[in-house]
Amino acid sequence: MHDHPHHDNELDEMTARVRALETILVEKGLVDPAAVDAIIDTYENKVGPRNGAAVVARAWSDPDFAAWLEEDATAAIASMGYFGRQGEHMVAVFNTAERHNLVVCTLCSCYPWPVLGLPPTWYKAPAYRSRAVREPRAVLAEFGVQLPETTEIRVWDSTAEIRYLVIPERPPGTEGLDAEALARLVRGTA
Amino acid sequence: MNGPQDIGGRHGFGAVIPEDEGERFHADWEKRVLGVTLASAALGYWNIDVSRHARESLPPAVYYASSYYEIWLRALETLLVRAGEVTPEELAEGHALRPGVRADRRLSATAMPEVLAKGGPTERPGPAPIFAVGDRVRCRNHQPAGHTRLPSYARGHVGIVEALHGSHVYPDSNAHGLGEQPCPLYTARFDAGDLFGEDADPTLRVSIDAWEPYLEPA
Repeated sequence: MHDHPHHDNELDEMTARVRALETILVEKGLVDPAAVDAIIDTYENKVGPRNGAAVVARAWSDPDFAAWLEEDATAAIASMGYFGRQGEHMVAVFNTAERHNLVVCTLCSCYPWPVLGLPPTWYKAPAYRSRAVREPRAVLAEFGVQLPETTEIRVWDSTAEIRYLVIPERPPGTEGLDAEALARLVRGTA
Repeated sequence: MNGPQDIGGRHGFGAVIPEDEGERFHADWEKRVLGVTLASAALGYWNIDVSRHARESLPPAVYYASSYYEIWLRALETLLVRAGEVTPEELAEGHALRPGVRADRRLSATAMPEVLAKGGPTERPGPAPIFAVGDRVRCRNHQPAGHTRLPSYARGHVGIVEALHGSHVYPDSNAHGLGEQPCPLYTARFDAGDLFGEDADPTLRVSIDAWEPYLEPA
């Protein structure tokens, strides 16, 4: 009987602890390591913010799609092939000259995985979760975004299973760009 | 519960540290925690509300001292022990000492894409909503010892119903084996001055998504 997990000494504590649990579950036939690999591959390489950028670019370039997004974001986004876990119920919110939107999950880490991928570390961390609802202007400034004092800020705390996607304003001077070029622009400015 | 997870509006957590958008993990073990957690959910012992409740039930000092995926791992260990699939002795040994119970439910790599694509929709048939868009509502002083998704900063405050989302699984019951009890879900919007006092940003409005039992007419 040991009072701590025994493991190779060169492993750090968390690596050893995770390896111990995965080993137990695999030995019991409860977890297939290939499925674990496939989940990691999905969210490391296949599902990420490029999906959301494509949605934004299409909203900028296709008014009918933007209207659909406003009316039923779940269906509009699913029509582009983005749906599933942590994106089951989508709402799109649109930035305007008068209003800037910010999304947070103060209680955990709710995030629209199919369009933005896994939440980044800062989104899940207590600093962002605690401050985004109270002082979003200061938080945005830490990301280099300075809003005019008169701009309304609207914060969406994702306390249920509704997932929010912010559609930024289309930048001026981009009239000649197609959806693909716009998507690259979103990635650069997101 | 008035647990360590309920931190909206709290002070003292420091600066936000932005990262490159490609940065999703800080160590390889974090990836395994994500994958093992999702794969273990397929065994069918718990739902999303049970797993959230396991995370927020960590002692506050442990919760705040743990990184995100460390919280996930601790909660997963707890859930698997509670399910009777893993024993503390096995965790100490780092090896299985007896066979798994629900090995027949093991998620295969080939079934995984379908499971992720299906997700876990929470909308259900349910009762007609009693509030309409534009109604004034007050968040009840709802402080259950168990799981809830009403953040403490909104309790007691008056807001406006901005959207209806149909009926959804009620986390306060679903986290405790009391069934889904679907009820209407709303987006309710509040002025920051009401939530956070006289120093609040006058341009700021905050919304929460609130199940009907969290709200009363105002």
